[in-house]
Amino acid sequence: METTFFTTQLIPALNRGLVMSIKLIIPSGMFGLVLGIVIGTLRTFGPSAIRKAANGYAAVFRGTPLLVQLFILYFGLPNLGIYLDAYAASVTGFILCSSAYHSEYIRGGLLSIKKGQLLAAESMGFSTFKTMFHIIVPQAIRKALPGCSNEIIYLIKYSSLAYIITCIELTGEGKIIATRTFRYTEVFLFLGFYYLVLVTMASFMLQKIEQKYKIPGFGKA
Amino acid sequence: MLAKEAMTMTQEKPILRVENISKTLGGKEILNSVSLSLNKGELKVLIGPSGAGKSTLLQCINFLLPPDSGRVWLDGVEIQNRRKRDLYAFRQQVGMIFQDFNLFDHLNALDNVSIALRKVKKMRRPEARDRAMAELERVGLGDKIDLYPAELSGGQKQRVSIARALAMDPKIMLLDEPTSALDPELIGEVLSVIHDLAHGGMTMLLATHQIAFTRSLANEVIFLENGIILEQGTPAELLSPNACTRSRDFCSRLDDLYKEKA
Ligand SMILES: Nc1ncnc2c1ncn2[C@@H]1O[C@H](COP(=O)(O)OP(=O)(O)O)[C@@H](O)[C@H]1O
Ligand SMILES: [Mg+2]
Repeated sequence: METTFFTTQLIPALNRGLVMSIKLIIPSGMFGLVLGIVIGTLRTFGPSAIRKAANGYAAVFRGTPLLVQLFILYFGLPNLGIYLDAYAASVTGFILCSSAYHSEYIRGGLLSIKKGQLLAAESMGFSTFKTMFHIIVPQAIRKALPGCSNEIIYLIKYSSLAYIITCIELTGEGKIIATRTFRYTEVFLFLGFYYLVLVTMASFMLQKIEQKYKIPGFGKA
Repeated sequence: MLAKEAMTMTQEKPILRVENISKTLGGKEILNSVSLSLNKGELKVLIGPSGAGKSTLLQCINFLLPPDSGRVWLDGVEIQNRRKRDLYAFRQQVGMIFQDFNLFDHLNALDNVSIALRKVKKMRRPEARDRAMAELERVGLGDKIDLYPAELSGGQKQRVSIARALAMDPKIMLLDEPTSALDPELIGEVLSVIHDLAHGGMTMLLATHQIAFTRSLANEVIFLENGIILEQGTPAELLSPNACTRSRDFCSRLDDLYKEKA
């Protein structure tokens, strides 16, 4: 009787939630990072008007609670005639929010790159865009990688907010079962364990990426 | 007859002409109406005290620092630096060597040399690789292609940066104190590469404090101080022991300095 609760109810529900969580996390992580790189670069090297706009963007998305952003996307936008389903609203919110944080790490990476790198590229006929794309940003990303990894780990956990706007993912499934069966302790211990596994796997992959792009001569050999 | 005229014209026409370059930075006039020209195959050496404006001048010539006023011609064609395409095409023909190398930290020696071939000259990867290989061998680094800048000595880094510039087939090269950041025992290997380039007919404008090198190789010495060309002439005219020039003064002070250090 004890094990049937786990095998027939909890684990299937959590697995279903896990699939949804992964569907939220992967696109949010990828597009959030890409957008963060773009925003971070504009904040550092953009023309003055664009730089101000990008700084404003980062200020807004870092300065307001993610939950409020999700509410606006899901409940607020329909007033403007824009209807996002719960999944789309969640992914959009996660991308916007995490990109604002990524942009800060990228900006730090960009600021640490010496002007000479830029001069050398431009002296060979690289356009401003090509200099950024091939020379400056690739170096900045490497320097920002530990920070960006940190943000992706956070994302895995704050993706749980999606269930509040009815996108039932891992935490949502757990909460439904817990409320129905009153077995809060078992459910949330299991739930925590699922996240721990997710985060451990993500950390492992991010570490591999960091190692792959490590530049010889930087950091410990 | 016509052909002959054309011949003499091209012979006299400088490959690089710079006229009346002025530049103010931070409210201070750094360059004051500097003009110079180089004929094909010439090596001109820019000397002058630290802060004279040598780096500023070299960077103004290829518009890394846009001059406030002044004009630049390459092969008789004036550079319209506001037209980005023209500017980028011009810069491909002007190799630039920096005091602190400025190798791309995230790329190994081979990619440092080949990246501009691929991304700017749109060469295919295998061709770019072959060309980069050839240039690295030319500067004696054929066995170091996989190393990253942080794994190379200063002299090796500067030789990679020269290979990187040469791979673009520049018409002229601007060298900004290429040996000033090097330990004394590494200076020779870089000077010998520059020496070979000069003998190979490369047109170069070189800022340096290497007086002996200048004496033996320069076609002309340009002495810059406070953003003004004070003196200009052959090494014999400006630097011979009995010459009564600011350049000679400056150089003998440099010599003393090096003797003190040694
Ligand atoms: N960005 C800048 N703002 C203000 N002054 C500058 C700047 N860059 C260089 N300078 C000044 O310009 C002068 C010439 O510098 P530089 O061209 O580097 O001289 P050199 O290469 O002959 O040593 C120096 O006095 C330096 O302090
Ligand atoms: Mg200088």
